[in-house]
Amino acid sequence: MTSSAETSSSFARPHRAPASRARDLLVERYAPLVTMVLAIVAIWYIAAVAMNWTLVRDAYEREETPYTISDVLAGTMDAERPLLPAPHQLAAAVYDSVFGYPPLAPRSLVYHALVTLSATLLGFLIGSLFGIALALMIVHSRVLERSLLPWIICSQMVPVLALAPIFIVMLGALGLHGLLPKSIISAYLCFFPVTIGMVKGFTSPDPLQIELMRTWSATPRQVLWKLRWPAAVPYLFASLKVAISISLVGAIVAELPTGAEAGIGARLLAGSYYGQTIQIWSALVVAAVLASGLIAVTALVEGGVLRRMGAH
Amino acid sequence: MVTDPVTERLVVDARDISLIFETADGKVEALSNVSLQVSPGEFVSFIGPSGCGKTTMLRVIADLQQPTSGTLSVNGMSAENARLARSYGYVFQAPALFPWRTIEKNLKLPLEVMGYSETEQRQRAEHYLALVNLKGFERKFPWQLSGGMQQRVSIARALSFDPALLLMDEPFGALDEIVRDHLNEQLLQLWKSTGKTVLFVTHSIPEAVFLSTRIVVMSPRPGRIIDVIDCDFPTGRSLEIRETPEFLKVAQRVRNGLRAGHSYDE
Repeated sequence: MTSSAETSSSFARPHRAPASRARDLLVERYAPLVTMVLAIVAIWYIAAVAMNWTLVRDAYEREETPYTISDVLAGTMDAERPLLPAPHQLAAAVYDSVFGYPPLAPRSLVYHALVTLSATLLGFLIGSLFGIALALMIVHSRVLERSLLPWIICSQMVPVLALAPIFIVMLGALGLHGLLPKSIISAYLCFFPVTIGMVKGFTSPDPLQIELMRTWSATPRQVLWKLRWPAAVPYLFASLKVAISISLVGAIVAELPTGAEAGIGARLLAGSYYGQTIQIWSALVVAAVLASGLIAVTALVEGGVLRRMGAH
Repeated sequence: MVTDPVTERLVVDARDISLIFETADGKVEALSNVSLQVSPGEFVSFIGPSGCGKTTMLRVIADLQQPTSGTLSVNGMSAENARLARSYGYVFQAPALFPWRTIEKNLKLPLEVMGYSETEQRQRAEHYLALVNLKGFERKFPWQLSGGMQQRVSIARALSFDPALLLMDEPFGALDEIVRDHLNEQLLQLWKSTGKTVLFVTHSIPEAVFLSTRIVVMSPRPGRIIDVIDCDFPTGRSLEIRETPEFLKVAQRVRNGLRAGHSYDE
């Protein structure tokens, strides 16, 4: 489908009117994407039938009602607690929980998304600033590099799922509840890529550029602000894109062990308590949309900043 | 020494400079007893095969490297004080422009570092861009300029804070012959109109003979000066001078010096 669209359009392009050329470009651009989505949906439907089949058939047999194959088939498409919800079921559930309630109602996924988002953003801010500060220290002192780096790497080897409850309990004993402990777990995860990226970025200037600054007898602060910092900006955005999505994961994980009443993590937990697979999947969809949105915003800022810095 | 009127007027006064590198393969004598006096307004070229220490000598004068022994004064001060006093502009083989800055902002960079006022920065950027024939390129980014144009920007940048001494380390080495000829002519004009002292490292005999008032021929292992050749062609010289017998005679002497100092048995 894609290849035929491409060949026909490139073949005929010089003779076409502008409007149809624009349409061809649209086709060329989006055809692969649409094909992919359709393929995934098709596979998903087949998987839903296969995975829910026994479930539905067993239900019929328990109730000893006569059933046909098409009854079971239909059943796999709208089971109340399916192993794998069919795409249309999930779409309806997501739509319902996003638009079906006022945004701040406890049953609205918008509300839960906002709760998680606020922890994510605060954690991202704390983690990124902390990550940049660590990178600055490492770049400016070899002693700090040797003493800090092993700890920084170790910090990421401990599974956060094991660490999160300890953090929450400890911070709770200090009187910290709600947003801040979640943000700290977020920050704990997301400072790492920022530190690694910024160490690389701060040391990326050409030796000639550093020597030039020396011939002008620039101060260390001038070398930082006029050379190292701008040179690190592309590295900064590459790290921030990783950091923002890990921040979201951190915030969700932090909501799991605490019995939080609100947030995407709380919805996941509640869904698994009550076997509400559709609810779990809806929360996952919202989390994925949130992550894509956050990365898209970061990429947008990146594009603007790098363009102003002369990127081509 | 500072009270001696002759010494005081010297831009560079190097006596018995030696520099020994400790490398994994043992000691390398990059410079061995190099002595050189440069008066204001001279154009001195260093020429020699790679490894002869010509770049090292320039870096020592710029205080980018410290000699192991010997005495050195630049503008009547120690090399370090001369650097701190911003006595020289340095041009590397690569333009080393800051890619996130426009051409104008690249020119302003040393001025920003040195704390010139906003107005002064603007005036100087404008003046020196015009001097290297790059008016109209203020808002461009470095990648939008050719290699030769970028090197002209880096020369303008080195001149922007008006140092009396210009240190140039093979500034045109990476450029093609035509661009190089053109820039040689421009540099000569610039030197004539500004009256600066220039120390110029090069591989090219015609370039050295065409530009210089004095040519320092160096030889490797250990890095040392083997000949110093005066070459005073008329100030209004053009590239055609390279065909004259006088020019070829000086070039021949440089070549002989290089050959004598070069060991071919490696």
